[in-house]
Amino acid sequence: MSFLGWLKNKAQSQKLPDSDKAFDRGLLVFENTTEVIRAEKLLKAQGIAVKVMGPPPSVQSGCDMVITFPMTDALFILRILEKAKLSPLQTVPVDNPLLEPVGLFHIKDFGEHLMVRAANMKITACKKTRRIVNVSGGGCPDVPYLAALMVGKSLDDTPLPRDKGHTLCGYALQLAFEEMVRICSQ
Amino acid sequence: MLAIVGTVPNPDAGLILGEALFRQDRLVVDGKTLAVNRGTPALLGAAAAVCGVLTIPPPYAYLAGDIGLGQGSRSLYKLLTENLPSSKISVLVFHYLQPDVDWHNKVLFSIEEMAPRPFLIADAGFMYAAKMSGQAPSYDLFTPDAGELAFLADEKAPHPFYTRGFILHEENCAPKHINRAYTHENAAKTLLVKGKTDFVADRGGSFASIDSPNEEALEAIGGTGDTLTGIVSALIHWGMEVKEAAVKAAKINRLAGHYACPRPDTQVIEIIEHIPKAAKEVLNL
Repeated sequence: MSFLGWLKNKAQSQKLPDSDKAFDRGLLVFENTTEVIRAEKLLKAQGIAVKVMGPPPSVQSGCDMVITFPMTDALFILRILEKAKLSPLQTVPVDNPLLEPVGLFHIKDFGEHLMVRAANMKITACKKTRRIVNVSGGGCPDVPYLAALMVGKSLDDTPLPRDKGHTLCGYALQLAFEEMVRICSQ
Repeated sequence: MLAIVGTVPNPDAGLILGEALFRQDRLVVDGKTLAVNRGTPALLGAAAAVCGVLTIPPPYAYLAGDIGLGQGSRSLYKLLTENLPSSKISVLVFHYLQPDVDWHNKVLFSIEEMAPRPFLIADAGFMYAAKMSGQAPSYDLFTPDAGELAFLADEKAPHPFYTRGFILHEENCAPKHINRAYTHENAAKTLLVKGKTDFVADRGGSFASIDSPNEEALEAIGGTGDTLTGIVSALIHWGMEVKEAAVKAAKINRLAGHYACPRPDTQVIEIIEHIPKAAKEVLNL
């Protein structure tokens, strides 16, 4: 097994710690949320235990999201990002409590339709046809854009907020969408 | 003049400025036709519908194309900082804009140069920036939904996405969240909280609640909060005192929703079409 392969397997087997206050984790700081979403998708696809969090006050540059990662895998991760032309603005150790993204989902069953809310974003779909019938909430300008792309599409072939969105509202919509898919697949 | 600032989900739209006219199911601004799905066009559509009933001038739209990258919002911010000090605007509404504290503060400085100072309403992304800047008390009215109220109540959250779990996003917590938002100076002078029950509140707490007619499906329909902000903006523009306007607007919005016989797959344009009838009924016109 190659060194990189060993590193990758190690990352795959590593679970996130209960708290992201852990000092064995680092932060990737990016210019904008679009880069954060792309990097998260890329690193998760490689099986690396990353998590999107709010930046600590000590981080003065970048956007409203950072990615936490296992510090031991820093070189492996940076190499992946460099190859994808996604180099972060900063890579720093976690030394302060971080803001946790909202983790609560609110589910409302209308009978024929199901609504899932994550933070300030809601998505509603028909349980039988899996068609997305409404997107509501949010306050960032990609919300009306994502709604226009998604409403009327099936859960199975809709453009994804993580690909087309750019803001925290777009990211919250992705979480609500994933929960909707999970529930509708049971 | 009632001025409404926001975005449209078209990256190529550029700046669109002018009176917003509601024509059948479309909005027309400066000769450009805009779909009324949700977001700022829904707010404008509702405001224009109420202005039509009240026979007062339609809202003036400051719009920019923006799909979340922020360029359009920043173009608008720049334009506003240059133009607002010499503008004659009585009610100024900020809506779906990229939250940016630096630009928010520049815009607010420009507003302070206006004479007389307009009545300031903020919702959506600009309300997030107003809270993050610490300048929320400079605003006359915020129109959050239940999730956004929890964000205002959480003094540490920079965005609703980071609202802490112990501040529950449940509507029956609204009065508690209202008090917490005022305690930490994160609320406008008046709050109109949209939800299953709508609340109107000030620093003294919630003083009015509106819960009928109740249509469960409205929560799922994108744009129903935007229409409420549009209706209250038009009523204040008409000259109605803010607290009465907030209560009446909530009633009009709920009644329009009721007349639309909404289902979770109803689109907001079907509700806006009923706003004139609902407004006449609530206002006894």
